[in-house]
Amino acid sequence: MGHDQKYVDKKNYEVVGTRFNRPDGIDKVTGKARYGADASAPGQLVGRVLRSPHAHASILKINVGKAEKLPGVKAIITSADLPDLTGQDQGLADILENCMARGRALYDGHAVAAVAAVDEQTAAKALKLIDVKYKKLPHVTDVDAAMCESAPVIHDRIITRGVEPKPTKPSNIAARTQMGHGDVEAGFAEADVVIEKSYKTEQTHQGYIEPHACLASVNPDGTAELWVTTQGHFVFRNVCASLLGLDIAKLKVTSSEIGGGFGGKTHVWVEPVALALSRKANRPVKLVMGRDEVFRATGPTSSTSIDVKMGAKKDGTITAAVAEMRYQGGAFPGNWAMLGCMTAFACYDIKNNQSIGWDVVVNRPKVAAYRAPSAPMAAFAVESTIDELAKEVGIAPIDMRLKNVAREGTLAPYGPTYGPIGIEHTLKAVKDHPHMRAKLKKNQGRGVACGFWFNIGGQTCTDLNIGVDGTVNLTLGTVDVGGSRSSMAMIAAEELGIPYEQVRANIADTTSLGHNDMTEGSRGTFSSGMATVFAARDAIGVLKQRAAKMWGITEEHVIWENGQAIATGDSHGNLPPLSLKEIAAKSGRTGGPIAGHNEVVADGAGMGFASHICDVEVDPETGRSTIIRYTVVQDAGKAINPDYVEGQFQGGATQGIGWALNEEYIYGDDGRLQNPGFLDYRIPVCSDLPFIDTQILEVPNPLHPYGIRGVGETSIVPPLAAVGNAIANATGVRMSHAPMSPPRVLAAIDALEYAS
Amino acid sequence: MRVSLSSSFKLDDGPGGSVSVHAETIADIMASLTERYPDFEQLLDRGVAVSINGQIYRDDWTQPIPADAEVFLIPRIEGG
Repeated sequence: MGHDQKYVDKKNYEVVGTRFNRPDGIDKVTGKARYGADASAPGQLVGRVLRSPHAHASILKINVGKAEKLPGVKAIITSADLPDLTGQDQGLADILENCMARGRALYDGHAVAAVAAVDEQTAAKALKLIDVKYKKLPHVTDVDAAMCESAPVIHDRIITRGVEPKPTKPSNIAARTQMGHGDVEAGFAEADVVIEKSYKTEQTHQGYIEPHACLASVNPDGTAELWVTTQGHFVFRNVCASLLGLDIAKLKVTSSEIGGGFGGKTHVWVEPVALALSRKANRPVKLVMGRDEVFRATGPTSSTSIDVKMGAKKDGTITAAVAEMRYQGGAFPGNWAMLGCMTAFACYDIKNNQSIGWDVVVNRPKVAAYRAPSAPMAAFAVESTIDELAKEVGIAPIDMRLKNVAREGTLAPYGPTYGPIGIEHTLKAVKDHPHMRAKLKKNQGRGVACGFWFNIGGQTCTDLNIGVDGTVNLTLGTVDVGGSRSSMAMIAAEELGIPYEQVRANIADTTSLGHNDMTEGSRGTFSSGMATVFAARDAIGVLKQRAAKMWGITEEHVIWENGQAIATGDSHGNLPPLSLKEIAAKSGRTGGPIAGHNEVVADGAGMGFASHICDVEVDPETGRSTIIRYTVVQDAGKAINPDYVEGQFQGGATQGIGWALNEEYIYGDDGRLQNPGFLDYRIPVCSDLPFIDTQILEVPNPLHPYGIRGVGETSIVPPLAAVGNAIANATGVRMSHAPMSPPRVLAAIDALEYAS
Repeated sequence: MRVSLSSSFKLDDGPGGSVSVHAETIADIMASLTERYPDFEQLLDRGVAVSINGQIYRDDWTQPIPADAEVFLIPRIEGG
């Protein structure tokens, strides 16, 4: 790549590591920020989508005649208006079919047709006039039921991968994955104690406050524009162009401010539909999903069913561990169970371990990533079992974890040997944390749990332009989902040696910068941070050239220090330094604009590890659990702006607590979602939670110039188990089904009392 | 060098465990395995990342591989 991305220990940062307000903050709190639904265009139409009321049905006929005749209706589309241009790419074909049903509705809420009309009322009326003839088909929404031989088979094309001999008949099991090393049978034979337990977790949604929204405009000459709330407008551009047969360079995609994504805005759902409507109507089309549509037809996480068996010696050494995990991916195959396999035992050095994953399809919406996808469910099962194991061998859960913790040199369960990692640091910090010594009252309990996520890098492109007044425009292509504009401005200021306030970071549209991968996998600050460092160093090279010209000396006699060019050497040492501002002011006469640029594949993302402490109080009469204290300890590599790192820790923990205690998709026997709204699908609000305390650890990533590791995802991994372990210690009952909602906890308490 | 395959990677016409290849970069590994095992193309389509001495590389196939490095092919990860 031509740049040295190795970490260099720099102790005296001027800007990095301090706290600045985010540049988008005032606009967001005053309502000026423009989100997905806040764009409009002359002559725009309103787009609405007709969705299947059935969990699984053949679409016999769609009659749009009456709707088309309704005054004000400008276009109606079905799958016939989205011809299959995907070639042999099954993944892309699945995306197309998910955006608009093709002969079959595969889940409650699956799009069947869409309308563009002059206003909301006309569009709503038109939807009612579309006559769809369905033939209901048998459905299955539960992951275990979908694996049974008697289950209705959703796709005839799915033959299970990873099974020997290769099956001859289709089923709902898309793939079997196996990971691990050692001899688990020998490991269990060594154990003094063996615990076996089964767990279930329900399907949850990312719960972002802003629904999916876009404004699409396609012109007869094949050019098009899309304004959209997304985690990755360059990827959306490529996918939409492929699905609609547009040229990538002719589709300009602009990302709006984003009101939360957490993985759910990494996939296209309505954007190709809006573009197809606009193409047919030859007018701009604005399409905003309702909350019920977001729940029914975007990508929640998997629901799971997991069996865990672990064995340990009396001294606490875990000798063997096995997990068998079943994850549903909705109506289309995914690799969610595989991710569960890769993460389940990743925090520990277990000589003999084996994870088996089953990826399963059901009649539910296509699953999407949700912060550290698949890891929280696996951690719920494994971390709960470790607490049970610790109880049996009579060791404190924190000591049991420390006894078996993974370190640099440990063989990861997915194969390779770990480099420098921070899980032991987080556990030691937890053990020493004052939270661990806080007194607990009656009906209160404390739980600890660990979590792991890989983090990723990816393709990134950044521009840095210096104005003649010395202020700097930093142009980024990774969507800012958590304050990255501020962090990137800080990195640019650090490198250039200028104040933070002198740098303004912006997110470019897709015509203004090279491709940037999605802001996912905790990659934003890692990847764009790396590209920003290199772009700034590129600009410094130009600044030094210009200073040399201004002085009339050669460039090798110029160094850059503290935001200024300094002439070196015996014959030039008396020259006064030239500041960035002074060089920028003369740029028109020394060679033109001063800019830096970088394109990079930011590989080498450092892994993320966290340990959480949770105190809970359980009301024995209602089963309601209240979080009374919560602490997140996580390795950030290097915290660029600690405010936003803490915010990520707190946000992930909060979402994990919601998953642990309340959130779940509830399907009726008819296969329809019963609670597609925030009244019945309850996410935690501020009044539900105490202040989430945080402790940032910094174990540098050796492959980032500043040591940065991603921090956006890992913090959602431990909470399910941390809460479950706290409830177990408060009540004496081990909850094996998340969410651990009041009725489930009460039933477990009642069952324990009845049994005793 | 030895290139280990994640146990989730099974080639119908290839070995499990590990294979020996001559490679100086990730691209060399991919080219060698594609040439030897036609099924490897399908694995690439599903997504393959390379761990070199514990550091995971997903995209940059120009990455040089040091002599005696531990090299593992693992599934390519995305995130949320």
